[in-house]
Amino acid sequence: MSVYDFLYYIILPVLAISTLLIFIRFLIGPSLSDRVVALDLLLTTGIGIISIYSIYTDQPAFLDIAMIMALIAFLGTVAFSYYLNKRDKNE
Amino acid sequence: MNNFFIITLSALGAIFILLASVGLIRMPDLYLRISVTTKAATLGIGLILIAAAIYFNELGITSRVLAIITFILLTAPVGAHMIGRASYFSGVKLWPKSKIDDLKDKYNPKTQELLSGIDKTEEKNEHKDSN
Repeated sequence: MSVYDFLYYIILPVLAISTLLIFIRFLIGPSLSDRVVALDLLLTTGIGIISIYSIYTDQPAFLDIAMIMALIAFLGTVAFSYYLNKRDKNE
Repeated sequence: MNNFFIITLSALGAIFILLASVGLIRMPDLYLRISVTTKAATLGIGLILIAAAIYFNELGITSRVLAIITFILLTAPVGAHMIGRASYFSGVKLWPKSKIDDLKDKYNPKTQELLSGIDKTEEKNEHKDSN
C-alpha cells in the first residue's frame, strides 16, 4: 500500500467525515456565533484537504490557495464578529 | 523513511481534525466549542502541512508551508477571542453547569466598558472627598 493509496483511501475520507460533522453544526447551530465558528472550522478543514490533495496530485501550486483560504477564514471571522457587535449596539 | 513520516503526520493531523469536529458537535456551549476548534484544529492543520512539506522537500515549498502555519497560529486565537467577545456581549448564554463567569456584573453592555476592582475603590474615594 503506497502513500498515495493511504492518503486517498484513509485520510481524505476521515477529513470528509469531519467536514460533514462540522456542516451539521453549521446547519443546526442555535445562535449565529455557532455558525460563524463552524464556518471558520470548515475553511480550516478545507486547508487540510487542499494540502492532502496537493500531495496526491503532486502539484505544490495548491498550497498557495491554502494560504489564501487561511486569510479568508480569518477575515471572515473578524468581519462577522465586528458586525455582530454592531448589530446589538443598534438594537 | 520519508513515507513513514508523511503517513504518521497526516494520520495524526486527520485524527486531530476529526476530534475537533466531534467536539464541535458534542460540546454543550458556544465557548467550549470555540476552545475545542481553535486548539485541536490548529494542531491538526499544522501536522498535515508539515507532512506536505516533507513530501515535496524543497526550500520554496517548505518556507510557504511555514508561512501558512505561522499565519494560522497567529490568527486562530485572535479570531476566537473576537467572536467570543462579540457573542458574550450579544447575550449568548453559558452552559448552566459552568461554575465561574468572571465577566458577570463587571461590564457595561451599552458602552462595553470593563469595570475592575480598582475603579470601584477610586470611585468610593472620590465620593468620600466630595462629601
